[in-house]
Amino acid sequence: MSRDKTMTADEVVARLESGMTIGIGGWGSRRKPMALVRALLRSDITDLTVVSYGGPDVGLLAAAGKIRKLIAAFVTLDSISLEPHFRSAREHGMFEMTELDEAMFMWGLTAAGHRLPFMPIRAGLCSDVMKVNPQLRTVRSPYDDGEELVAVPALRLDAALVHLNRADAHGNGQYLGPDPYFDDLFCEAADQAYLSCERIVDSAGLRAEHGPQTLLVSRAYINGVVEAPGGAHFTSCAPDYDRDEAFQRAYAQAATDPEEWRRFTEQFLSGDEDAYQAAVAAFAKEAT
Amino acid sequence: MSESVTRAEYCVVACAEAWRGDGEILASPMGTVPTIGARLAKLTFSPDLLLTDGEAMLIGDVPAVASGSQVTEGWLPYRRHLAMVAGGRRHVMMGASQLDAYGNQNISCIGDWAKPRRQLLGVRGAPVNTLNNPTSYWVPRHSPRVFVERVDMVSGVGYDRAADAEPATRRFHEVRGVVTDLAVLDFATPDRSLRLRSVHPGVTVDQVREATGFPLAVADEVPHTRAPSAEELRLIREVLDPKGLRDREVRS
Repeated sequence: MSRDKTMTADEVVARLESGMTIGIGGWGSRRKPMALVRALLRSDITDLTVVSYGGPDVGLLAAAGKIRKLIAAFVTLDSISLEPHFRSAREHGMFEMTELDEAMFMWGLTAAGHRLPFMPIRAGLCSDVMKVNPQLRTVRSPYDDGEELVAVPALRLDAALVHLNRADAHGNGQYLGPDPYFDDLFCEAADQAYLSCERIVDSAGLRAEHGPQTLLVSRAYINGVVEAPGGAHFTSCAPDYDRDEAFQRAYAQAATDPEEWRRFTEQFLSGDEDAYQAAVAAFAKEAT
Repeated sequence: MSESVTRAEYCVVACAEAWRGDGEILASPMGTVPTIGARLAKLTFSPDLLLTDGEAMLIGDVPAVASGSQVTEGWLPYRRHLAMVAGGRRHVMMGASQLDAYGNQNISCIGDWAKPRRQLLGVRGAPVNTLNNPTSYWVPRHSPRVFVERVDMVSGVGYDRAADAEPATRRFHEVRGVVTDLAVLDFATPDRSLRLRSVHPGVTVDQVREATGFPLAVADEVPHTRAPSAEELRLIREVLDPKGLRDREVRS
């Protein structure tokens, strides 16, 4: 039997270093590996290049001053369209940014996973994506059409962080929601990948209830598995739970004022993951 | 009948018209009024359209906006959605924080990109959309802040930019038109610049001119945007938007 890769979120972060390029799975405010992000927030790691279809993962890391460079096509909380920390960080010039189109971003991850230097795409041309990312180059089709296309460079990652519904101890990951997002691509694009999940089950358990097409991530790519119930909170992790809209509103509200944000971090982010989940439970109880 | 038709209902019909004759492709509306419009088109003159639930499913029914679908016709996670864009089997109606006379659209940021005065969403899929599948725009508040001389960050590609590109790059580029709370506009001019095609009843041509931050081409005769038929009105009010969400996006 293949090896047991279970570890804690803090053990994952212990394997990361300042200055790394970190890919974060999920999409907007959906199935973000928030427990791993919170562990990153507790560490002294900084100077990161973050690659993300951005949501509150980007917002929290930006607020904590951990991002040197962001590679993204958008940052949003979905039901709240603009991420307040991201906005503020951009408006204050807090980090560098490579702004790509969503499809370019997907091709960049795909190229990295396939160990290709780039992938060609008909996107970005004529738009200001080419202007604000002067490092982007074009390539001409070697066939008779001779078309000029954008050569999206591989988005090779030092590490990927993703969150799925279930996994086994060996790193086979299962998603039960409607959309895989691009979590498998993130893992394939990374030198090391870490998978948190709602529940670790045995391998037979992974196969028992759901078809093999739900097995999104293969253990061949995974270096560590973290059992983190509620690990995507406050983003959604369908069908286990929806986005915590009340909490997200509180987050966005707190982000608009430094004093309120200090109180928010005190209340929710000053302790470990258990303390966070306890504070969230208390918040939910207070709301009812 | 027409006296009682609201501005939002004219907008719904004008948005629906964007998908007329599109056949068996995916209608991708952004915003409430375009969503009702796409569903109205499917229930009336464009029955072959594919619709999504806004998440990862193609839906096989035509439910009211913001209420759940009961029938799943197919699976459309983001990566397959992006393939539909690139393959051209889609017509998107996007929003625009800024839009210029040639249809260049900005949803990324206001001000200098390096340190924006106001950071918005980011370019999202606008660059890939505009070079690969037909694109229309929906602007719920027609104003000089949206219709600007020059957009700050070209996210969606307009006709002047596309004209400078080689033919292969622009071969699928097509910005069909723009629907706003005041009017319907298209690019049916020799230089493919924005032209006023119709005004919604109750709106004057001058009003549209004043709300547009650049000189606007105006059709010789500017008709009124067509009114919904009795059946269309029933579908909007009783089937597609019984809660009146359209009135939150466009006030009468």
